[in-house]
Amino acid sequence: MQLPEPYFTRVFKPVLFILLLSPALYYGVAFWQDQLGANPLEAIIRGLGDWGLRILLITLLVSPLRRVLNWPQVLRTRRMLGLFAYFYVVLHLLGYLWFDQFFDWEEIWFDILERPFITVGMIAFVLLTPLAITSTKGMIRRLGKKWKHLHTLIYPASILAVLHFWWMVKLDKREPLIYAFILAILLGERLFRKVRSTKRYTSLRRH
Amino acid sequence: MLILKSNDIKSSEITDYDVYQDRRRFMKNAAGIGIAGVSGLPIVEALAKGTASPYSTSEKPTEYEAITEYCNFYEFGTGKSDPAKNAHSLVTSPWNVVVEGECEKPGKYSLEDLLKPMNIEERVYRFRCVEGWSMVIPWMGFQLSDLIKRMQPTSKAKYVYFETLLDPEHMPGQKRAVLDWPYVEGLRMDEAMNPLTLMGTGIYGKDLLNQNGAPLRLVVPWKYGFKSIKSIARIRFLETQPVNSWQKANKHEYGFFSNVNPNVSHPRWSQRKERRIGQFRKIKTQMFNGYGEQVASLYSGMDLKKYF
Repeated sequence: MQLPEPYFTRVFKPVLFILLLSPALYYGVAFWQDQLGANPLEAIIRGLGDWGLRILLITLLVSPLRRVLNWPQVLRTRRMLGLFAYFYVVLHLLGYLWFDQFFDWEEIWFDILERPFITVGMIAFVLLTPLAITSTKGMIRRLGKKWKHLHTLIYPASILAVLHFWWMVKLDKREPLIYAFILAILLGERLFRKVRSTKRYTSLRRH
Repeated sequence: MLILKSNDIKSSEITDYDVYQDRRRFMKNAAGIGIAGVSGLPIVEALAKGTASPYSTSEKPTEYEAITEYCNFYEFGTGKSDPAKNAHSLVTSPWNVVVEGECEKPGKYSLEDLLKPMNIEERVYRFRCVEGWSMVIPWMGFQLSDLIKRMQPTSKAKYVYFETLLDPEHMPGQKRAVLDWPYVEGLRMDEAMNPLTLMGTGIYGKDLLNQNGAPLRLVVPWKYGFKSIKSIARIRFLETQPVNSWQKANKHEYGFFSNVNPNVSHPRWSQRKERRIGQFRKIKTQMFNGYGEQVASLYSGMDLKKYF
C-alpha cells in the first residue's frame, strides 16, 4: 500500500492531526457548555486518560500495520501518534494534579505510595517522558542505535498504563479487559516474530 | 400519591432549586414562629410534605439533576449515568417487602401497608460515597427504628439484613455477575435503631426516582453510600452478622461497618478528602461524615482501622 506523496503529506497527515486533537477539543467545549454530567472534573480526567491509552495503543499498531499492509509510509505517522499519546497523558496527569489534588504535593506523594494504580500510572508517565523528549530528528540522529533501544520503553509503559486502568476500576473490568486484550495482541505479535527470527537465525548458523 | 411512577415526572415539574430553598425557609420559619396552625393552603401543603428536622444539615443541597443523574446502582449498569438511563424498566408498583427472621410480625407487606402508619419527614443529610465524592441530599422518609419497633424483633435479633429486589428481567445489570445478586446489606441493631437511620421514600419532596432506589431505600448518613441499599424487597432480623455484597466482592477493600473514616484509606481512593458534587475544590472528609455526635458512641472501644 502506498498513498500518493502529496496526498499523504497534505491530506492524510493533517486529517489525522485534527482527529487526534478532537478529543481534547471535545472536552474543552463540553466542559465550557457544562455537558460533562454531575462530576465534570472527573469526566475530564478519565476521558483524557482514556485517550492517552488509546493513542498509545494506536502508536503500537503502526509497525505491524506497516508489515501487514506493506505500507512503509505509515511509519511517518508514528512520531505524531506517540506525541499525541504523551500530550493526553500529560493533560491527564495535570488534571489529576490540579482538579483531584489541587497541587497538594504531600497528598500526591501519599497517593503515589498508597495507591498501586497511581504508582504504576506515575511510572508509566516517567517511562514515556524520555521518549517524548528524544522524538526530534536531531535526537534520533544523535542517539543512533541507542534511540531504538530507548524507545522500547513504550512496551513496559503501555503495560503499566493498562494496569493503571485495570487497578483503577472497582469491579466491572470489561473496559480495561478490552485494552489488555488489544495490548496482548500487539505485544504478542512482536514476541512471536522475535522468537521466530531468533530460531531462524540459530538454525541458519547450524547449517 | 406515595408511589407516583417516577417516569411520569417531567423535568418541568421538578422543583426549581430556588423555589425549593424558599419553601424550606418558609417551612422553617413557619415551624419556628408557630404559625403552622394558621389557615392557608401553602402551610398545610408544606407540612404535609415534611417538617424541618433537627437532624438536617443547613448545608446547601446538591442540585436535583445531579442527584438523579449521577448514581451507583449496578443493577442498571456500572457507569455513573447508566442507572438514570436504564432504571425506567424497574416496576415499583405493586411493591412488597418480605419481613422475616427473628421478629414477632413476619410477613409480606405491601408498600402502602408499610408506609401507612409512618410519619414521612424531611432529612437533609450529607451523603459520602466510598469513591470520594459527596452530596447533600434532602431526603424524605421515616426512621427505620419505627419500622423495626412495629415488627417486634425478638431478643435474638442482633442484626438487620436488607435485600434489593432480584429481577433480572427489569434490572438488566443483574444479568451479569458483577456482584453476587441480589444486593444485600446489613446493620447492627443499634445502628439500625439510631434516629439518624432513615428509610428513604423521596428526595426534594418528590417520590424517589427508580435510579435513586425507588420505592424504598436505606439512608445511613455516617456510612459510605453503598451501605444505603436501594429498592428494598426483603428485611430479615438475624442473630449473626451478615456479609454485605461489597464485602463479599472484596473483603480487603470493603468492610461490614464502612463508616466514613478519613483515617482509613482505600487502595483506590484517599478518604481524607471528598469532592462535593457541584463544587470545584475538594473538602475535608469528616469522621463519621460529621455525625460523630450522634453515632461515635456506637463504636466506643472498637478499633475502627480493623473494623472498617
